[in-house]
Amino acid sequence: MQPANLLLLTIVLSMVAYGLGYARSRSLAMPMGGIRHLKSLPFYYGARAALWCGIPALLVLGLWAAFQGKVIQTLIIGSLPQEMLPASEGEASLLLSKISNVASGSLPPGFAEAPIVEAAERLKALREQSRMFMTTLVVSVSVLAGFLGWLRVRPALNARTQVESILKWLFFACAALAILTTIGIIFSVAFETFRFFQKIPFTEFIFGSQWSPQTALRADQVAAQGAFGMIPLFTGTLLISAIAMLVAVPVGLLSAIYLSEYANKKVRGVVKPLLEMLAGIPTVVYGFFAALTVAPFISNFAASLGIDASSQSALAAGGVMGIMIIPFVSSLSDDVINAVPQTLRDGSLALGATQSETMKKVIFPAALPGIMGGVLLAVSRAIGETMIVVMAAGLAANLTANPLETVTTVTVQIVTLLTGDQEFDSAKTLAAFALGAMLFLATLLLNVVALKIVRKYREQYD
Amino acid sequence: MTDQRSQAEIVRQSLKRRYRKERRFRAYGILAIAIALSALVVLFVDIIGKGYTGFTKTTITMEVELDGEMMYLDDATDKKQIKMADFVEPLLQALIRQVPGATEENRDAVRDLLNPYASNELRDMLEQNPEWLGTTQTLTVLAHTDVDVYVKHAGDDAYSIKLSDRQQRWVDQLVEKEVVQTSFNDVFFSSGDSRDPSRAGILGAIVGSLLTMLVTLVLSFPIGVAAAIYLEEFAPQNRLTDFIEVNINNLAAVPSIIFGLLGLAVFINLFGMPRSVPVVGGLVLTLMTLPTIIISSRAAIKSVPPSIREAAEGIGASKMQVVLHHVLPLAMPGMLTGSIIGMAQALGETAPLLLIGMVAFIVDVPDGFFDSATVLPVQVFLWAGSPELAFIERASAAIMVLLAFLVSMNALAIWLRKRLERRW
Repeated sequence: MQPANLLLLTIVLSMVAYGLGYARSRSLAMPMGGIRHLKSLPFYYGARAALWCGIPALLVLGLWAAFQGKVIQTLIIGSLPQEMLPASEGEASLLLSKISNVASGSLPPGFAEAPIVEAAERLKALREQSRMFMTTLVVSVSVLAGFLGWLRVRPALNARTQVESILKWLFFACAALAILTTIGIIFSVAFETFRFFQKIPFTEFIFGSQWSPQTALRADQVAAQGAFGMIPLFTGTLLISAIAMLVAVPVGLLSAIYLSEYANKKVRGVVKPLLEMLAGIPTVVYGFFAALTVAPFISNFAASLGIDASSQSALAAGGVMGIMIIPFVSSLSDDVINAVPQTLRDGSLALGATQSETMKKVIFPAALPGIMGGVLLAVSRAIGETMIVVMAAGLAANLTANPLETVTTVTVQIVTLLTGDQEFDSAKTLAAFALGAMLFLATLLLNVVALKIVRKYREQYD
Repeated sequence: MTDQRSQAEIVRQSLKRRYRKERRFRAYGILAIAIALSALVVLFVDIIGKGYTGFTKTTITMEVELDGEMMYLDDATDKKQIKMADFVEPLLQALIRQVPGATEENRDAVRDLLNPYASNELRDMLEQNPEWLGTTQTLTVLAHTDVDVYVKHAGDDAYSIKLSDRQQRWVDQLVEKEVVQTSFNDVFFSSGDSRDPSRAGILGAIVGSLLTMLVTLVLSFPIGVAAAIYLEEFAPQNRLTDFIEVNINNLAAVPSIIFGLLGLAVFINLFGMPRSVPVVGGLVLTLMTLPTIIISSRAAIKSVPPSIREAAEGIGASKMQVVLHHVLPLAMPGMLTGSIIGMAQALGETAPLLLIGMVAFIVDVPDGFFDSATVLPVQVFLWAGSPELAFIERASAAIMVLLAFLVSMNALAIWLRKRLERRW
């Protein structure tokens, strides 16, 4: 049975267990003179039986579904004849995809070697077996546990406290998933990054000024030896983020000031949702706009002035990214400006300062730490932004500060290195994970600092 | 005395300058808002301008003589014969009759006006109506992509017209005779991706998006709500709780592409799950949207006044009963609103899905959670990268569909908030 169907079956079984537990508690209570002689309401006896039936079965199902693919792959590779054993992980994945293609029928068996066809047959058989085992195991676990749960329904049993403590642990597990995700991120990037630094020295990666990740696929191929220096990617990311900030910070900040200090309620009610619409537009749409409208416009405009501009200029990507970040900056600064106590405002106005003087000399300095925190968050977002740069910035890793030239960014390189065919042990693929690790560290640092500043600032006026 | 007057004088004299500054500052604010809003307007106008033509298709309607001898077909119910039969010839002959000045010699030039798929359309029609064989029918088939581009964009410098001058004259005449017509592009909404722009559609991507969103919703909503309940109601004040909170806040700001790396390393390489399937996409998007949902659900729980809790506790409800029977129902509208907004974010997300292989060229509409699929934003990305402008037109049209989905989701969230949320 398919995992999805099995999931449904488990849910149905739990419902049955609920009904049986409920009925049993009632029938036990009947001779004693009604359910008021039960320790808990019949609902809790039913719920307890359902949880007993469902949770172990779901755990088994989840673990089996998660690991069966890997186990079957290992078994298949292990059963291949000696001379076909893959030398590297890349070969292994090629071989596996070939075998599964034969098994699914998309590659006719006549086109593959005999051991591959045999392996495909074995793969089919193993998958069938695994599915059978999983079905039997999950169904028997849920029936058995459900039966035990049902058997233990007694009037003296306090089902409610048991159900409640199970629920509490479930809730805790859901909250702890956040830690698990972080650990998952750290391990998935750290492991591959470590392997990358075994191939390419750390210093070369950090201080190298050449980035050309094309490595030879075969030993006899004439290809450039890859260069993995992240400086050009780093400067490219910074250049584009700086342009984005040049657009987003003044526009976002000034519009937040206007909306919070000058605009009347009606204007606010119209303009604020419109600004927030900018934040709701998917990044792929901004990328489309940057690549197909803004970039050609900039290069044509520059050409009409006699300046040479690339058709994938950093200016286009950065400018559009800035537009995307405007609502982010403006809503964060709006919060911060509104948090400045009214007494400061009133005091300044009472001394005869104009509104703009109050803003510039009293409120802005008071709000500055909070605004800085907001700007840092915006920078971290600009660094991690992917789709706009993938579509509108180029692939050429130029070390330049000219906004009209093409630069590339960390995120662009991650996407380019990891889309398409890949082998999992080439320096090229591992480089993407090393870049991911750098990106994660940089944004993490920015976020932690920014959140700390914002929190401290809030406490100051609360 | 004189000193004081001069003080007042100085202030009065500076007033003009200060008011000017005040006005300038205010103008800067208005300018900033104008820049932001005009960017929004330009973006929308640009996309609608590029894409509205994507919602129409160009067809050829003509009298087609379904002559069995010409088609090498004498029984349209025979599957074997249908396979071997020639469906191009009757269409071509019919078109040659429509084109003034076209003869057998320039049949190749005429054939290039027909879509390569038109013969398949005719085959399907004949399979459904076998009695048509030997009769003459008025049929409508797709025109070639080049004709489509010419009809929609003749005179637009951005588009390169691939038709020859003679073909262009023919098409002009056919348009005049209403043989070549444009109509609502149902192909766009009823088919998957294709190498031929006139046959490319978004149904596959929409179904892929729906499947992915379903996985995301089913996982992220219950988990997010449960986590929020734990953190707000049950969590003891200790290191572990603090650590969980710090983690959630940081995950909310981690770039989405990092979640793609996580999905690639954990779900695909460690667990051996297949690439480019909605389940893996949904799992990755779940991890990405969870922080958003948790944060908004916590805010919703916080907004339930303590008096409700105290009242329930006062009549003997356990902590869990207080939460599940009273707090949760009251916080539900706020949680739903936050979740819909989180889902809207997930629907527009592209980058992590690129890394788990949802960028493949997939023609078929996916029919399950474990079937290769692509999603709407990735489809936009794929078409936007095409050098053919006809695909750019499709990409803009797909963006409009995507934005329509997002706007309706956000409208639903706002409506829910207005309708159900109570102010205490």
